[in-house]
Amino acid sequence: MASSLDPSHSTATNQPSVQVSDDAQGYYVPGEPLVDPRTPAGPIQDRWTTRKFENRLVNPANRRKLSVIIVGTGLAGGAAAATLGEAGYNVKSFCYQDSPRRAHSIAAQGGINAAKNYKEDGDSTFRLFYDTVKGGDYRARESNVYRLAEVSANIIDQCVAQGVPFAREYGGLLDNRSFGGVQVSRTFYARGQTGQQLLIGAYQAMERQVAAGTVEEFTRHEMLELIVADGRARGIIARNMVTGEIETHLADVVVLASGGYGNVFYLSTNAMGSNVTATWRAHRKGAYFANPCYTQIHPTCIPVAGTHQSKLTLMSESLRNDGRIWVPKNKADCDKDPRQIPEADRDYYLERIYPSFGNLVPRDIASRGAKNVCDEGRGVGPEVDGVRRGVYLDFSASIERLGEDAVREKYGNLFDMYQQITGENPYEVPMRIYPAVHYTMGGLWVDYDLQASIPGLFVTGEANFSDHGANRLGASALMQGLADGYFVLPNTIREYLADGPFEPIPEEHPAVVEAKKSVEDRVAHFLSTNGTRSVDSYHRELGNIMWEYCGMERTEDGLKKAIDLIRSLREDFWRNVKVLGTADSLNQSLEKAGRVADFFELGELMCVDALNRRESCGGHFRAESQTEDGEALRHDDQFAYVAAWEFGGDGALPVLHKEDLVYTAIEMKQRSYK
Amino acid sequence: MAVSGLLFIAFVLLHMYGNLKAFAGHDSYNTYAEHLRTFGEPILPREGLLWILRLGLIAALALHLYSALALWHRSGKARTSKYVVKKNLGSSFSSRTMRWGGVTLLLFVVWHLIHFTIVKVNPDGGATNDPYNLVVDSFQVWWMTIIYLVAMAALGLHLHHGTWSSLQTLGWTSTAAARTRAKIAGWVVAIVIAGGFSLVPLFVLFGVID
Amino acid sequence: MKVTLKIWRQPDSASQGAMHTYEVDQVSEDMSFLEMLDVLNEQLNTQGEDPVAFDSDCREGICGMCGLMINGQAHGPEVTTTCQLHMRSFKDGDEIVVEPWRSDAFPVLKDLVVDRGALDRMIQAGGFISVNTGSAPEAHSVPVPRDDAVRAFNAAACIGCGACVAACPNGSASLFLGAKITHLGELPQGQPERHSRVVDMVAQHDHEGFGGCTNIGECTAACPKEIPLDVISQLNRDLRVAMAHGH
Repeated sequence: MASSLDPSHSTATNQPSVQVSDDAQGYYVPGEPLVDPRTPAGPIQDRWTTRKFENRLVNPANRRKLSVIIVGTGLAGGAAAATLGEAGYNVKSFCYQDSPRRAHSIAAQGGINAAKNYKEDGDSTFRLFYDTVKGGDYRARESNVYRLAEVSANIIDQCVAQGVPFAREYGGLLDNRSFGGVQVSRTFYARGQTGQQLLIGAYQAMERQVAAGTVEEFTRHEMLELIVADGRARGIIARNMVTGEIETHLADVVVLASGGYGNVFYLSTNAMGSNVTATWRAHRKGAYFANPCYTQIHPTCIPVAGTHQSKLTLMSESLRNDGRIWVPKNKADCDKDPRQIPEADRDYYLERIYPSFGNLVPRDIASRGAKNVCDEGRGVGPEVDGVRRGVYLDFSASIERLGEDAVREKYGNLFDMYQQITGENPYEVPMRIYPAVHYTMGGLWVDYDLQASIPGLFVTGEANFSDHGANRLGASALMQGLADGYFVLPNTIREYLADGPFEPIPEEHPAVVEAKKSVEDRVAHFLSTNGTRSVDSYHRELGNIMWEYCGMERTEDGLKKAIDLIRSLREDFWRNVKVLGTADSLNQSLEKAGRVADFFELGELMCVDALNRRESCGGHFRAESQTEDGEALRHDDQFAYVAAWEFGGDGALPVLHKEDLVYTAIEMKQRSYK
Repeated sequence: MAVSGLLFIAFVLLHMYGNLKAFAGHDSYNTYAEHLRTFGEPILPREGLLWILRLGLIAALALHLYSALALWHRSGKARTSKYVVKKNLGSSFSSRTMRWGGVTLLLFVVWHLIHFTIVKVNPDGGATNDPYNLVVDSFQVWWMTIIYLVAMAALGLHLHHGTWSSLQTLGWTSTAAARTRAKIAGWVVAIVIAGGFSLVPLFVLFGVID
Repeated sequence: MKVTLKIWRQPDSASQGAMHTYEVDQVSEDMSFLEMLDVLNEQLNTQGEDPVAFDSDCREGICGMCGLMINGQAHGPEVTTTCQLHMRSFKDGDEIVVEPWRSDAFPVLKDLVVDRGALDRMIQAGGFISVNTGSAPEAHSVPVPRDDAVRAFNAAACIGCGACVAACPNGSASLFLGAKITHLGELPQGQPERHSRVVDMVAQHDHEGFGGCTNIGECTAACPKEIPLDVISQLNRDLRVAMAHGH
């Protein structure tokens, strides 16, 4: 692994990349290279300790004079609100749901990784770090990832102390399992509801601070604009979703923990309300958006049943351990009862193409395989918009081999869930699965201290880009959210707050007036368009474009076409959207309109980013960059950088800043799953 | 609610046991009734024990009534606008009839005290100072028996839920086994008491006791 | 299939509400109940009528945001959340009555949307273990017997949807409360605050205007996560013990 490397980890193992291709020419403006000003030096294992020491402290007596706004109450936001509240800062916490406990972290099923090495199976901080960088196809910053691995063990301690009911063995100690093809057992879990239990832990810690008076919570509030005054993020404009009031909230620092943007695809495993507005409004105010094209697509979701579909449901990937994936060899068999199709007429395509890994190939390969066979017309299940999008995941062989009871023991709850949603019994009829958008690795660019390119704006959890590179390992999203919220942000934000409290800004400050007016104008616009199409219909159409051209497989032509389609659809949206109701009441159409408006702009940037990155890595596959066998092909010589996009202005092109990725602790390697 | 309820259960169990003395005949029954009045003499005055029991029961009744009214009031305030449609799925009939069943029992107790204790009404027009004869004369009248049987049905329902509920309220049903026992206790108490009380009126009506 | 919906419409908490009747055609049995309402809203939007407001977020049965009274049953005829209820549970031509959770502690904000902030305030009163970030001991320093961990987990599965309150004839939130008391009370980490937690949370429960529990059991029958009634027994036991200890 790192044996041949410089033990002090100060020598780079790779050269800065030089991009040769320029597919996105005409769609962007090249900008200055970007260097993380806070990137630490020295041996990798000492960097975080050193930084914690270097960062200035804030006198406990001064903390109550400092105010922090946190947008989002998932693992990253909830944990940060609790921790900063405990430290004595004045925290204002915002969420669009009716309670902080409903943030979408709650839906994570699998587990949370931590380098505890309780199994004594060779795990270590370094191995978790190494697996995470490798899993992300060498597109993450090594210092950030090492820190993540380092604090992972503390997360488990913290959660257990809060009363999170992790699975335990008969001896009363914590149980671990191996997850996502990793060879060590480092995943802690609470049945299939790990996210729920971790979030309830963070939520309870936060509610305790609400009772203590250090945290004030604003539920059913949606951030619609960032206030940047005199070069610093100083507050937000939020809409009270019940009364419709446009409120100004000012503070010394703003933290965005508003999650990912998978809902740009309309159908995803995200919650209905998950949106990009908070981060996008910050982007428009100067925060760089990094690697927007990195999208994780999960292969084992329940397929779309019809055009009414509002969201997709994920089933644990563990199903692929015992299920065999196939489609009919002949198109004519696609609408037949699968049990009537003889073995000889079935195509177990993953086993055929990848004989050594078979059905257990990585997520992106499994996903693309399913798309390919469905595009060929060999998909199964209901026809939606003329195509059958589904492949069989067949347990009949396992049921025969292990018995139905053994299969029920292992997957019973997943089978029940499947049956509840589809009305089909997977013990008798093969399951149908199809990939769905699940997680977005891109997000607002942050430095090592999680500070965005706007001073005073910090970004945590899925909302930032920092830790997963081009792809995220299973059970690592929960780890990152809590690492940022409990341990990283509270230690980095104090360096910024040590200069505070900053001079109070009045509500008449031009930056506040401008931000508030822009929100009010937007609301007024939507309510006065009097168009003919609903917000949802635009969202669905945008999602189709993104899925078709910026989904599992992307091509130069497709992306250019997508950009054109998005631009014209967006223009139509602004002219022709129909939003009923009033501004001063609970108005769900109005809420959606604002979110979809931002998804349009983000969708276009995602396509531009995907167009520029003419390589395949992790959650980004360019058809032009694959091996002869159809595997993803990276170009480290050209693209080992973070693409940080600066907003160029309405109607202007985005500006691309590249941050080189330099590795000292490991060497980059091409993957192979053949 | 639970504590006063359990006191009532103890009381009605004893009361029922006493009633069954009717099967032992006129003298046995009347001796038992007289003994209740002389119990504890000479330390206690005549009817001393009865008055202690009565005061205890009055206190329990006050507590039970107060708690019931408070709960009733709270539940009324907790949902001032009602559902247009509301189904009951997890609840027993007995649990849903606790309040009006309780009111029925209260009215019955008033009548019962008038009937046998305070005024002593003999529908036959006969003597009222002989407890056994008063019982027999009363239940030979069919509608008298009906009133008592209806009241016993109400009592059975009230005890069926009340027994389980009091055990649950006291926190003695935290395990599956304890819950099963408490549910069984509800049935046993309801059947034994309501059934036991019903025996005397029925046997009188059908002429077995006379 | 075609269904007739009778839906509670109420512009805001200050206004009076009433039932309105709508028909939705071409309902597929694969639709979730909420997707059927999405179709209705698309229809209303086209007709120029304000869409029906209802809460939902994850739509996979875990966030607890959705919750409707459907034909007199909290979350409808199946043991699941409203978002996981599918139209195959209904028949062509059915009339479906849809109402918001009815509880004075959950004021209606609009149509089918209610304010469940009372549940958060109950957690604030003591539904936590006081441990500041960074002060936790090593996770393996306190083993937890597996049975205790399982019972704590079963109680912790509560999603805070409020169906127990909606279904309870008394409008009590005892099942929600008992679930949290049992979750934290079963674990060794929850012991130091066990007495004060139950006393404070019960006081907040009563203060919010929820009704008292009469052990009827409608709550547990409506609970989409099948939280058992014994958590209320645990709540009562803990309260009794706490009071005996002078709390």
